[in-house]
Amino acid sequence: MIHVANLAKNFTLHNQGGAVIPVIAGASFRVEPGECVALVGESGAGKSTVMRILYGNYLAQGGSVRIGGLDITRAAPREILALRRETLGYVSQFLRVVPRVPTLEVVAEPLLALGRPEDAAFARARDLLTRLRIPERLWSLSPTTFSGGEQQRVNIARGFAHAYPALLLDEPTASLDATNRETVLRLIEDAKANGAAIVGIFHDLAARDRVADREIDVQAFTPRLP
Amino acid sequence: MNAYNFAYLDEQTKRMIRRAILKGVAVPGYQVPFASREMPMPYGWGTGGVQVTAACLVPEDRLKVIDQGADDTTNAVSIRKFFQKTAQVAVTEKTGEATIIQTRHRIPEQAMTEDQILVYQVPIPEPLRFLEPSEVETRKMHALEDYGLMHVKLYEDIARHGEIATAYAYPVKVEGRYVMDPSPIPKFDNPKLESSALQLFGAGREQRIYAVPPYTRVVSLDFEDHPFDPSKAPHPCALCGAEDSYLDEVITDDAGSRMFVCSDTDYCASRREDAA
Amino acid sequence: MTPLLDVQGLSKHYGGRIGCADVSFRLYPGEVLGIVGESGSGKSTLLNCLAGHLGPDSGQVIFDTRGDGPRDVLTMSEPERRMLGRTDWAFVHQNPRDGLRMRISAGGNVGERLMAVGARHYGEIREAAADWLGRVEIAEARIDDRPSAFSGGMQQRLQIARNLVTGPRLVFMDEPTGGLDVSVQARLLDLIRGLVRRMGLSAIVVTHDLAVVRLLADRLMVMKDGHVIETGLTDQVLDDPQAPYTQLLVSSVLQV
Repeated sequence: MIHVANLAKNFTLHNQGGAVIPVIAGASFRVEPGECVALVGESGAGKSTVMRILYGNYLAQGGSVRIGGLDITRAAPREILALRRETLGYVSQFLRVVPRVPTLEVVAEPLLALGRPEDAAFARARDLLTRLRIPERLWSLSPTTFSGGEQQRVNIARGFAHAYPALLLDEPTASLDATNRETVLRLIEDAKANGAAIVGIFHDLAARDRVADREIDVQAFTPRLP
Repeated sequence: MNAYNFAYLDEQTKRMIRRAILKGVAVPGYQVPFASREMPMPYGWGTGGVQVTAACLVPEDRLKVIDQGADDTTNAVSIRKFFQKTAQVAVTEKTGEATIIQTRHRIPEQAMTEDQILVYQVPIPEPLRFLEPSEVETRKMHALEDYGLMHVKLYEDIARHGEIATAYAYPVKVEGRYVMDPSPIPKFDNPKLESSALQLFGAGREQRIYAVPPYTRVVSLDFEDHPFDPSKAPHPCALCGAEDSYLDEVITDDAGSRMFVCSDTDYCASRREDAA
Repeated sequence: MTPLLDVQGLSKHYGGRIGCADVSFRLYPGEVLGIVGESGSGKSTLLNCLAGHLGPDSGQVIFDTRGDGPRDVLTMSEPERRMLGRTDWAFVHQNPRDGLRMRISAGGNVGERLMAVGARHYGEIREAAADWLGRVEIAEARIDDRPSAFSGGMQQRLQIARNLVTGPRLVFMDEPTGGLDVSVQARLLDLIRGLVRRMGLSAIVVTHDLAVVRLLADRLMVMKDGHVIETGLTDQVLDDPQAPYTQLLVSSVLQV
């Protein structure tokens, strides 16, 4: 499902004398449907960078990333957008939404964008928000005013609204209490059972051990400086 | 009065005006620019109509001049005298006897014939002017038949007054093409714009001539659910009893008494003569 | 898939000065393209060339018309272009005063495009106007008020209603949230986004506000001195800018 080959990434800081900082070189791995892979490595080793490249958020300088048959390092923006709509989900640590949009709509949006019927989309959103224990009185409010933990759960609900065949998870259980953590782990296990290929970053070691089938140490991809 | 050329204007000027008239007849409703001359009367007194009349007159013509339907108002009397002096043409107050009628703000009640010409005095020839101040833009709108704005004005009327409140200078579409200002005639007269006579419009200050040839289709703009209504005061004429003519309201004393009488003085007088 | 708009080699010079130079891009149905850059970067020139307000020196602007398929807008006759301008295209000006008739009621403003394409039933025009005022969150009771009695945010929403009433397929927006309070901006952005999704609109949004494009645009074009210097997915350009100027632009934004 996800096939990374010989990936390379540099940052060129034009406004700091054109310094070139290589961050990833020669990264290759595959994730099959129904498999969950955890990216591990020290802070700053490039876990998030890899995730962002997989999502098309960062440009790669070399190699290829094929997701569902599309090489996103060479794809046109609208192909990546279609991939994100239909195939590739991403639960980041930060919620980024238009202010004023009600929580229920934020969660249902991925389904609405796919053209799903409104009642089905909102039913799914209500189900997820209930499972993630967001009080119903908050559903009609914008999540921009919520606490960090609530925002995180809204973000997770949104990320799991559509059953993406490929899913990227950036610390999905961070800052959650035990009950909610359990719910999220169930959601991940369900997605796996449904055949999703998952790449995750988990600082929560118990969670990692429970859902991840194997680990990839991104320090192996850190370029050796001459 | 041999010091003046026939009908005051020199022959070259009349030819220039006739060319504009011919173009206007060829493109009904289209405003043809022309080199309007200084006339021995102020703008607003009918300088456009006078120039068109001068260009149309021949010695055999019989001229009638009306102002608001009346032959005996200052403006009508002055213009009639002007052409009597400068062209020595016959004049009349009878609509049926005239070959050319110059008018301000009315169309005679008596139906006109193919042998007659009706010349209108026009203050502002551009029907879109109060909606779009730029002449460049209004010309473009005419050229491209971009007339949505005209209906916006009628929409505003209905929104504000519950009906189309425009009572005079009511815009019309000529032969399915140009939107035209019929000069400030009451909307009661609009149906008479479809006529057997040639109708010419002259705007002196604005330097425009336009025309409605005989038997041209002239449609007053409206909405399907607010159709054009050529209404008038709901009274008969207090003098001749006519119920089909346009009426003026005349205040008869300072106690609020008033009467409604035909605005077309010739029409009213003829009816009273016939009745007598 | 046929692009809705296919722009090829569009250039506009003001004498010796470059307005925009050799701009090419494709816009697909349902896409929102953001054009960013500082004042004088040529983004407004480009937008006005695309929308037919300015005549470019060279290039093609091929629009996929409903009737005849892809056609170069620049070689269309003026009546055709005007018809496009009041049916399939919409233009939202930065200053609502440029896009509204200030002396005409809100209902008349919304109804004008309908009347321009031949609507002649007052009741239906009024109904459509009331419906659209509702969609842009203006109370129906204000239908006979003039825009001069509206707040800036309401005027901008009225301008949007006036533009979208004929169900256009392509909307040009020039700094649509410029000059509005931040809270009003958010409401407007939310409204535009909802309309874009529900109506399947394509849009080209010119702005210098990177937060606006992050929320509205699928793709970005960064302009400087009349040239396009970087294009890509909106979040990719903002999070991993490649060109020196884009890096400067992104890093100059104040973080809240």
